[in-house]
Amino acid sequence: MSVEVSIAGVGMHPFGRFDDKSVVDLGVHALRQALEDAGIERGGFQAAYCGTVYSGVAAGHKVLTAMGMTGMPIVNVEAGCASGAAALDLGVGAIRSGRYDTVLVFGMEKMPRGIIRSSFFEPWREEAGLAVTPAYFALRAQRLMLESGVTRRMLAEVSVKNHANGVHNPDAMFRKQFTVEQVLDSKMVCDPLTLFMLCSPNEGAAAIVLRRGASGTTIAASALRSHLPGSVLGEHTPLAGLIDDTAPPPTTLAATAAFEEAGIGPEDIHVCEVQDTDSARELNSYEELGLCGAGEAGAFFASGHTQMTGRLPVNPSGGLLSKGEPLGASGLGQVIELHRHLRGEAGPRQVQGAKVGLAHTVGRGANASVVILKQ
Amino acid sequence: MRLVNDKLFRERPDGAVRLIGGYCAGCERVHFPQGDTCPYCSLSECTESELGPRATLWLFTSVLRPPPGYRGQVPFGFGIVELEQGLRVVTRLTEPDLAKLHRGMTMKLVISPLHTAEDGERVTTYAFAPEPTV
Repeated sequence: MSVEVSIAGVGMHPFGRFDDKSVVDLGVHALRQALEDAGIERGGFQAAYCGTVYSGVAAGHKVLTAMGMTGMPIVNVEAGCASGAAALDLGVGAIRSGRYDTVLVFGMEKMPRGIIRSSFFEPWREEAGLAVTPAYFALRAQRLMLESGVTRRMLAEVSVKNHANGVHNPDAMFRKQFTVEQVLDSKMVCDPLTLFMLCSPNEGAAAIVLRRGASGTTIAASALRSHLPGSVLGEHTPLAGLIDDTAPPPTTLAATAAFEEAGIGPEDIHVCEVQDTDSARELNSYEELGLCGAGEAGAFFASGHTQMTGRLPVNPSGGLLSKGEPLGASGLGQVIELHRHLRGEAGPRQVQGAKVGLAHTVGRGANASVVILKQ
Repeated sequence: MRLVNDKLFRERPDGAVRLIGGYCAGCERVHFPQGDTCPYCSLSECTESELGPRATLWLFTSVLRPPPGYRGQVPFGFGIVELEQGLRVVTRLTEPDLAKLHRGMTMKLVISPLHTAEDGERVTTYAFAPEPTV
């Protein structure tokens, strides 16, 4: 790696529901914080990349217009749940290429409420009842139960773990601890997934200033991948009639690339933020990221490794289960969380001694991102 | 009667139901739904290949509340079946009671009522039903 890229400043608007604020308001809030944290003003960055899915035309431009900071290239990026990470990936690449010294990457969202009506699905699929996002999650959960030693109780325990962590995160939407029984007894959405095992789409914003050079938290790797043909049960298509199911998922493709770029392996990671759209998705990520072997997600979770007291805490922020998921901001929120841990500034949820962190998103497209940070 | 999508499945004059998939002569693999271009090898000379009617159940759940844009009955079964031709397809299941479903059971392709449109026309879709054991 020839050119190092570091985090110069971060900013966040908490994730939640904010009826009195526009998506531009959320973006401006995060950007102001990030610029202040980086100690730069108007003219201090040469390009801006904005990740968002539901914000409409030129959303990033509107945010920077509201701040009187336009003129430089502004690129809006949509990559489903990986939109924020895609913006970061473009920013990192632009600095590594030598084109810019300082870039702004940000993401914001105001998601519709309830089961998201996604233009990803064609109208006939909705009519036929095949546009049911949580049902796809449920099938993945069932597969883990059949093939990876995962139990219904473990699905609840993932939610319990993440909500317990989220209590300490002022940027999270749900800061309430649950018991396994409360999670299991919450409303059944699609068996085996109950309401408290699913994250809420919501609102929020996150911004990061990236700068050339190695100081503080560096981006050791950033990888973005889409799906290969072959897999049936992924985020890429709701009707995949394909024969083999051995194609590596996009998360594995991104993780492999990121570990190679960083020159380290899963055993070198101290703290993780992974996509927990639902409880099962976090367990899938253990296997797909290589934190454990195929078929071992259940045993790996049961060992306690991913608890705050374990050797590899996963989702100390509370995860999307606690924070909610504003698509454009969620991936950058993860990176900011890791940045805080690596600097020892995560307060009561601090993972002690964390020097290497991994952030992971995966979602519609399919898109998956893996970002590795080092202190 | 209207099919929810007439490019996905057909009912033959003799009542037999088939999914309409594609076959690639280049890599000799089938896919569903049918596309001109093979999703595996990108060769764009795929031909039609009828798929089904038998399948085995791979994964399943039940949808309890109507999702966006859906006007049919709930609950309904939802899952992935492996067709006798070897490929796996996301599909509705006629059986919403999970106690009556298990991995590996034999399923059969059927035409299933979906809802009745404002003009009184019945809309149908394909679905998989548990094959009665004899």
